[in-house]
Amino acid sequence: MLLGRVVGCVWSTVKNADLTGHRLLLVQPLTPELQATGKRIIATDWTGAGAGEIVYYCRGKECSFPFLPAEVPTDSTIVGIVDSIRVNRAARTEVATSALPPAAPARQVRGRNSRKS
Amino acid sequence: MLIARVIGEIVATQKHPSHDGRKVLVVQPLNLDGSDRGDAVVALDAVDAGVGDRVLLATEGYSAMTSVGRPQSPIDMAVIGFIDQIEILPGVS
Repeated sequence: MLLGRVVGCVWSTVKNADLTGHRLLLVQPLTPELQATGKRIIATDWTGAGAGEIVYYCRGKECSFPFLPAEVPTDSTIVGIVDSIRVNRAARTEVATSALPPAAPARQVRGRNSRKS
Repeated sequence: MLIARVIGEIVATQKHPSHDGRKVLVVQPLNLDGSDRGDAVVALDAVDAGVGDRVLLATEGYSAMTSVGRPQSPIDMAVIGFIDQIEILPGVS
């Protein structure tokens, strides 16, 4: 999924019958710091998001699943309205390397056609 | 799958029911040298990851939704593992 802001809506009267009754919203993709990034896209809406709201949307075939059993021809759907985001880019989880099993020595990989020495 | 770091969490009340009960994480994909690889994405959590963890990110629908255990749901990214260590063969950059 990706973050985005609803920046408008699209009206279409002549469209695929399975799109009837679905809102088509114009979404501006955002970074976690809420800066615009990339080009705007049109997405169907599952949540009832309104203008200016920050949302997250899904891409690909999966985004028609909320509308099952209807098979809506969409490639991006808004699936959540964001209440708040907490970002900490500097955070690092310390991994105790002593707790890890010792790394196996790298093996010599022999191609199928390489000769045995 | 991608190497990524969890950099944040999202709180969302109005969301698809298949996302209920799972953390919604903000995840930054990484290059092998640890630098950012493109923009951060939003992913559901399948392994109880937290902010600061270096994780394995599934970026395709089927693997993401089955790892979260919610088939036929709108999930296209999921955190599916922790990365403890990466070993790179010499000469690979």
